[in-house]
Amino acid sequence: MLGFAYAFSQGGLLTEMAEANPDLVVVTQDLGPLSPFAERFPQRYFDVGISEANLIGVAAGLAHAGKLPFVVAMAPFVSMRSFEQIRNSCGYNGCNVKIIAPCSGLEGGHWGATHHAVEDLGLLRMIPGMTVLCPGDPAEAARAVAAAAAIDGPVYIRFGYVQPIEGYGEEFQVGRAVLLREGSDVVLIATGASVTQAIAAHDLLKQAGVSARVLNMHTIKPIDREAIEAAATEVGRVVTVEEHFVNGGLGGAVAEIMAELGSGRLVRLGLQDEFVMEIAAYPDILELVGLDPGSIAAAARSLLG
Amino acid sequence: MGTMPDLELAQRLKARATTLRRHIVTMASGGQVIHLGGSMSCADVMAALFFHFLEVEGGERPKDHFILSKGHTVHAFHACLAELGKIEEAEFRTLAQTGTRLAGHPSLKAPLVEFATGSLGHGLSLGIGIALAERLDGLDSKTVVLMGDGELQEGSVWEAALSASNFGLTNLLAIVDRNEFQGSGAVADVQPLDPLEDKWRSFGWNTVVVDGHDMGAILEGLGRFPAKRGPTVMIAETIKGKGVPSVQGSPRAHYVSLSDEQVAEALAVLEVE
Repeated sequence: MLGFAYAFSQGGLLTEMAEANPDLVVVTQDLGPLSPFAERFPQRYFDVGISEANLIGVAAGLAHAGKLPFVVAMAPFVSMRSFEQIRNSCGYNGCNVKIIAPCSGLEGGHWGATHHAVEDLGLLRMIPGMTVLCPGDPAEAARAVAAAAAIDGPVYIRFGYVQPIEGYGEEFQVGRAVLLREGSDVVLIATGASVTQAIAAHDLLKQAGVSARVLNMHTIKPIDREAIEAAATEVGRVVTVEEHFVNGGLGGAVAEIMAELGSGRLVRLGLQDEFVMEIAAYPDILELVGLDPGSIAAAARSLLG
Repeated sequence: MGTMPDLELAQRLKARATTLRRHIVTMASGGQVIHLGGSMSCADVMAALFFHFLEVEGGERPKDHFILSKGHTVHAFHACLAELGKIEEAEFRTLAQTGTRLAGHPSLKAPLVEFATGSLGHGLSLGIGIALAERLDGLDSKTVVLMGDGELQEGSVWEAALSASNFGLTNLLAIVDRNEFQGSGAVADVQPLDPLEDKWRSFGWNTVVVDGHDMGAILEGLGRFPAKRGPTVMIAETIKGKGVPSVQGSPRAHYVSLSDEQVAEALAVLEVE
C-alpha cells in the first residue's frame, strides 16, 4: 500500500483522535484535502501550500501555544528542506510537533532521486529529543500515529510502501523491536517497507536450510539497543535492511551499537552511497538496489560462508 | 485615522529607550564583542513594545507574544529584562561567559524568552502558528515578530509572508528594523530589498513605515494594529548603532567592542534627561 494512501487514510484516524482531543490540529502542504479531517474540522486544518520551512515553523508556533499539531508532508521535502526548522524549533526549542511523512524510502521510484527519501532516518535521528518511527505495515502505521500523540515531544513517522504482514497485530511499543521470526543462524533487522521483504527473505533462507531471525525495528530512535545486542551476541551475524542510505539510518545505528559492543558481524543493505540513477518503478527498484528478498537472502548467506 | 500620540507616554518611552541603549553600550565595553548595531537600532521599538504595547508577563502563558527573529540583537532584549526587573544590571557582566543566562542569542535559560532563536528567517512562521492558535482559542492577544532587514533575504520569510495574509491573521504584527546594514555591508549593496513596502503590500499585508527613532511615530505606527483585515507590518527606518557616534550608520556597528573612549562618548550622548 502506498505511503500516500496511508497518509490520506490517516485523515480518518486523525479525525477520531481530534474528536477526543480539541487541541489536535493538522498542518499540511498541498497534498489535497486530508478528508475527512478537513471537512469535519475546517478551523483546525491548515494547508500552507508548497512551503516546507513555513510548514514546520507554523506547526511549532501552534505547538508552542498549546496545540497538538500533526504535520502531513512528503518525506523527502519535509525531512530535508525543513530540517533546520525541525532541529531548532522541534528539537532545540522542544515543540511538540508530530510529522507524518509519506513517500519515504524508494516509494517515489520512477519519479527519480529528488523524490527518494533516503536520508530522513539519519537526519532525524541526529536531533536530540526526537522520536523516529518507521512502521512496517498499515495497521502498525495507524498504531504509530496514535502512539505519537501520547509522546511528550516531537515525533517523525515515516510512511513507506508498506504491505500488510499476515497475522501481525502486535501492540505498538515505542522503542521495542518486534520479533517476527525466530532464528539462530542470522538476524535480519528491517524497518518500514523492508520488513515484508525481510520476511520473504526469511522464507527463502528457510528453504535453503538457514534459520533467520527477523526483527521489525519500527522505532529508529530511541532504538532497541537490547534487541540489537542480543542479535550480536546470541547469533553474531546481522543484516540490516532499509530503504535508506546505509550511512546514518538503521544500518548506521546498528553499526554504532555493534561497534561499541565489539561483537558480531554486520552487512548493511540499502543504498550504498549512490543515488539511484536508473529509472525504475516500485517495487522493481528494490531489485536494482539489492533490497528484494533474493538479495537479502544472498547477503545473509554471505555471512555464513 | 491614527490617534494623537500621547506626548507624555512618548517622552517616557523615549527615556526608556535611552536607558536601554546605555545598557547595551555597557555590554559592548571591557573588550566584549557584541552585535551592537542591530541592538541599538531597535531600542526605541523595543522600549515601545515592552513598556507599553505588549503584556508579556504573568502566568504560565503570556497574554501577548514576542519573537525576536533577529536573535543576534538579543542585547536589546536583555536590556529590557533589566528594566523589567527580571534580571539585575550586574548580570550584564556575565554576558557570553560560561554559565550565564545571557547568551549571544535568546536562550530558554533567560526569562521571558518564548523561542530560542538565532538562525534568521524562522520567526515569522513561528508567529503565524502562535497567532493561529490564539485565534482558535478566541483570545484577544497580539503576536509580534521583530526581524532585521538583512533577514528579509531569507526565502522562508516570504513563505511566511504569503501564509500570514492567506490566513488573514489580523492578530499578527511583523516589525522590520530597517537599519540598512547587514554583516558584510549595506543591504542595498549586498542584496537590495526595495521597494520594500510594496513587496509587503503585494503579499497582502497592511503596511506602515515609521521613523524608528521617533517615539511618537512608532506609537502611531503601532496604533494602526490590528487592521480590519490581514496582518500588519511596521517598517521602522533606523540607524545602525544609533547612539554610538563613532560607529553609527556604518558597517562597523554590526559586531563590535567599544573602547573606553567610545563608551564614554556614547554615554555622554545618551544622557537621560
